[in-house]
Amino acid sequence: MKIGVRLAGEGGQGLILAGMILAEAAAVEEGKNTVMTQSYGPESRGGASKAEVIISDSDIDYPKVQNPDVLLVMSQEAYDKYSPDLREGGILLYDSSSVKALNPKPSVKCVGVPLTELAKKEVGRALVANIVALGSLNELSSLVSHEALTKAVLGRVPRGTEEMNLKALEVGRRAVGHCGK
Amino acid sequence: MSGRVRLLQGNEACVEGALRAGLKFYAGYPITPSTEIAELLAERLPKAGGVFIQMEDEIGSIAAVIGASLAGLKSMTATSGPGFSLMQENIGYAAMAEVPCVIVNVQRMGPSTGLPTSPAQGDVMQARWGCHGDHPVVVLCPSSVEETFHLTISAFDISEALRIPVILLSDEVIAHMRERVVLPEGDIPVRSRPRPTVPPEEYLPYDSSFGDVPPMASFGDGYRFHVTGLSHDESGFPVGPGKTTGCLMKRLLGKVESRRKDLVNLSEEYTDDAEILVFSYGSPARSALRAVRLAREEGIKAGFLKTSTLWPFPSEELAERARKARFIIVPEMNSGQIRGEVERSLRWDIPVIPVGRLDGELMTPSEVLSAIREAAGRV
Repeated sequence: MKIGVRLAGEGGQGLILAGMILAEAAAVEEGKNTVMTQSYGPESRGGASKAEVIISDSDIDYPKVQNPDVLLVMSQEAYDKYSPDLREGGILLYDSSSVKALNPKPSVKCVGVPLTELAKKEVGRALVANIVALGSLNELSSLVSHEALTKAVLGRVPRGTEEMNLKALEVGRRAVGHCGK
Repeated sequence: MSGRVRLLQGNEACVEGALRAGLKFYAGYPITPSTEIAELLAERLPKAGGVFIQMEDEIGSIAAVIGASLAGLKSMTATSGPGFSLMQENIGYAAMAEVPCVIVNVQRMGPSTGLPTSPAQGDVMQARWGCHGDHPVVVLCPSSVEETFHLTISAFDISEALRIPVILLSDEVIAHMRERVVLPEGDIPVRSRPRPTVPPEEYLPYDSSFGDVPPMASFGDGYRFHVTGLSHDESGFPVGPGKTTGCLMKRLLGKVESRRKDLVNLSEEYTDDAEILVFSYGSPARSALRAVRLAREEGIKAGFLKTSTLWPFPSEELAERARKARFIIVPEMNSGQIRGEVERSLRWDIPVIPVGRLDGELMTPSEVLSAIREAAGRV
């Protein structure tokens, strides 16, 4: 089994951190072969940003994801750029707060969740949209166990923000049910 | 192997390796994509009893590293293209004065400022020949996070044992990639420079009667000696042209040449019956292995070679493995810097097919696979 995940959006949305948390859950908590790569521009905010995670039972040679099984897009630009790469029958999660124009392949399981809106309204900070996204993404595609993901979130977020981030994860997880799993 | 499972970045693995090797002094000027090394060592090195200093630039950084090493500390710096260019003169000084030091160059796309956050392998020849004059140097090139850990330790071991600068030539993909790694627990045997056994008044800093790597005293230990970038005799004081200089140069270059076989580090897969060999190093090795596996699925007899020691170049070992091959494919993210070495090693007997990439993206398996298929059509 080998799953390729791509998380894409704008710089500053925390996608590289989200990729790290997902990879840590798979590698450290579940002991699977895992590789995470990232690409970003020289800007600290704005510009395009993406993280890719491969989780596999066997050894991983080429570390990048060319045709993701699971794709998260948190900006219209990321959707436009990366949705053609998604493999047939793949899973697409998009932030419906910012991605409006969609035309997915018929075979794709396409789910919109207002990730940024939920982060603002339900958790109180737009900053945690990446963690909301992780909750939704994992609920949709069962990449790692919920326990492993929770542990990995707690291991990476700044001290004092644990409660807020766990809430974000839970908000994301539940939102998938509401938005049509 | 027992050990602790972690998800580590290449740059983090470099830091772990350096600390395990006994690093005690780091001087550097942060630059993408090497910055995490400085960032982590600023925190970790003082806790390990070492010294971290951020210098005014890369010239100062390598100068401070050389000074600290002369005072007896295992020392390193880390940088990328623009900083590596600035360090060249003092790398030559370290080679001439026989001062052990490790220089990490995380390659990014150049020349000049280029693409600061994108990978390339454009510094392959610079790592070997960047400073003026013939000089000994060893260049190690990781293609995974775990290998970065082990090669960093090797870099210190070689540098200390031979009293030469050793360059760890990483790239942006390997440096920023995170992988599941198992770091060994407990002490890892590491090497340190040979120390003088004679009293200070009898000590000669470049006395070759002890072998081609003279014992090295530390400044501050009571041994008084002279260090210079000028050509010098066994006392360390300058000499002119002639026999002494000739012998010095021969000994300096011989330190690496005579140990070539021990330094070479070539790995292979699917080579037994291979007609088409892919020879790779650094991050494109990952793409090359994928391509070879895909080619095998298509029934093409492709084989995979990867060198972790770039300099000295594994000429004889490559020629030996290529005896039965019909084509050699060399993928690299430059305009063909190692291709020429491969051709030279094979004495132009076997066609060498370069696969280059110069746009700041990691080479894809399909680029290498296309070259394999094309060669297969000609086998």
